[in-house]
Amino acid sequence: MSLDLRIPMGLMFTLVGVILSVFGLATNGSPIYAASLGINANLWWGLVLLVFGLTMFLMGRRSQARLAELGPVPVDKNEVRRGH
Amino acid sequence: MLNLTSVDWLIMLLYFVFVLGIGFALKRYMKTSKDFFQAGRALPAWICGLAFISANLGAQEVIGMGASGAKYGLETAHFYGIGAIPAMIFVGIFMMPFYYGSKARSVPEFLRMRFDEKTRALNACSFAVMTVFSSGISMYAMARLIQALHVFDGLFRLLGWAPEGIFTFSIVLSAVIVLAYIFLGGLTSAIYNEVLQFFLIIAGFLPLVLLGLKNIGGWEGLKASVPMQYMHEWKGVAHASTNPMGIEIIGLGMGLGFVLGSGYWCTDFLVIQTAMASKNMESARKVPLIAAVPKMLFPFLVILPGLLAIGLPTPHTTTVVKTMADGSIIHEVNVVSPQVEQGRGLVPAKINPVTGKAMLDTNGDPLLDYDMATPNMLLHFFPTGILGLGLTALLASFMSGMAGNVTAFNTVFTYDLYQSYIHKNGSDRHYMAVGRWATVGGILLSIGTAYAAINFNNIMDTLQLVFSFVNAPLFATFLLGMFWKRATGHAAFTGLIAGTATAMIHHGLTLPMLAHPGIHGGWITVVHTYHSDMAQNFWTAIWAFSANFVVTVIVSYCTMARPESELVGLVHSLTPKPKRPENELWWQRPETLALAVLVGAIALNIFFY
Repeated sequence: MSLDLRIPMGLMFTLVGVILSVFGLATNGSPIYAASLGINANLWWGLVLLVFGLTMFLMGRRSQARLAELGPVPVDKNEVRRGH
Repeated sequence: MLNLTSVDWLIMLLYFVFVLGIGFALKRYMKTSKDFFQAGRALPAWICGLAFISANLGAQEVIGMGASGAKYGLETAHFYGIGAIPAMIFVGIFMMPFYYGSKARSVPEFLRMRFDEKTRALNACSFAVMTVFSSGISMYAMARLIQALHVFDGLFRLLGWAPEGIFTFSIVLSAVIVLAYIFLGGLTSAIYNEVLQFFLIIAGFLPLVLLGLKNIGGWEGLKASVPMQYMHEWKGVAHASTNPMGIEIIGLGMGLGFVLGSGYWCTDFLVIQTAMASKNMESARKVPLIAAVPKMLFPFLVILPGLLAIGLPTPHTTTVVKTMADGSIIHEVNVVSPQVEQGRGLVPAKINPVTGKAMLDTNGDPLLDYDMATPNMLLHFFPTGILGLGLTALLASFMSGMAGNVTAFNTVFTYDLYQSYIHKNGSDRHYMAVGRWATVGGILLSIGTAYAAINFNNIMDTLQLVFSFVNAPLFATFLLGMFWKRATGHAAFTGLIAGTATAMIHHGLTLPMLAHPGIHGGWITVVHTYHSDMAQNFWTAIWAFSANFVVTVIVSYCTMARPESELVGLVHSLTPKPKRPENELWWQRPETLALAVLVGAIALNIFFY
């Protein structure tokens, strides 16, 4: 499989992290955070997810680049199958 | 009350876009049926490992574990300690060489290789039914949850649609999305989305647990708020009446650990398919072990919200009298619905929709709707924004539960039913097409079962019941098949039938304590009463396993054995040990990982004694 999952997944978490952090910044101090015990959950967790997403994305890109350098993997055409 | 803003919708939409996007991106790699049904047998161990446990993290885990946590306390963690971990170690180290080495394309196909055609047919049919049932349950649970949380109410009001359509809309929406990404990307798509869902669950539930614990006063605060036996995994397990689940240690140990745990983790194609998608034997063996690590830690993510929900104070209707500075007196009344007030903590009571009053058990206490424990926790603690993330995590777990079931179904249908009995020598492209259509059929059947009702107040109980009928006898067959060369096809077949029949009869003859005869058992006549549903399920499993084991052994001796040459690679005593890859260091061996997992699991159990 040539699609490294970390790339789309990292991208998704980065975007979610950005959305939450920006929203958290915009609503800082708003009464909606009474439910989360006064903590700006959006901002903090958004930053955590942003970091996680970026890490995944970069790991995926690096791995993809390394595989591209190595070239295609030979397929074993003589694989013996044990009857159906 | 639920107030979803555009941020929440944006996050949800983003998730759906990525899920479909991954499906589309994978479509061009789907060149052969092996790519479609088996992910090309080319995936790395870590992806398969996370998908392995994630395949199991559907409706039953996230909502059900929360519900069980609220109902039974930490003993629920037994499902991990006793049920899953040893089974996962066993399947990784001892059974994977046969599953992966035989190159079988599905679990029923392995049975055909080891035993005979009719054993395969029996397993394929029962598995197909069970997996579609599970998928339907996921769909139903998701739709019901969406309805109960009023997630789409705002959307429907905006569009001017009748709110009665929300249930159907949810079902159709989830069906279409899952259908789309599996149709396009096959098993790879399902596995990738399962891994995505794994991280989403952590992203959605970790902040919830942190906030909940902070609110209730940390671990000590939690201990003080719930009944003492909820906080112990093992204490009081010697007798049924001293622990919340009402099971004695033999029932717990044998039933859960050995039979049900192994029956699921060692034979259910839903999880095995992710291990069989690995790129080589070493990876395949490590997959269940890798999966065991988050499996040990997940109790904290999914059971704790249930415990916290029960431990938090129950909201009551309050009137606060305030005297204002200008001399006026204000009564501030905070009204809480009777459903919430008669509940416990954040767990509401079940209301009879006809009379509007709380439904009562045989003691006269209100029946609690435990399934709402986790969702209510989300609503209670999460402001808009992160709430969208939490809800997306929930939806993701339901959908990937469905997806795993559907890919298992389409593989078993295409290879074990269609190719075996309907059209033996078609081209590879033909089978790929069949697989895609089987996906459509599977989803339609799931929708059908979703409209069938659920009678238990805890999804876990229902699933355990179904699993115990089908799975518990199954494990005996595999155990004997892989480790006893004398086991024969006729024996396996009769054993399976005997096991399932025994399970049904046992269910018909026994009843849990506070229940009425019917779907809970006792439909033949009540010969024995158990302390709880769970206890009854476990004993059903033990009986089924034993019956299968005994019958298989007896019939094996009465029938002709297969020549040993045919069983090489399928039975332990006739298979050469798997070759170690070159340069493998001692800590890279699967056995080392297994030992580490075992030690970790025992340590956790001691800590929560």
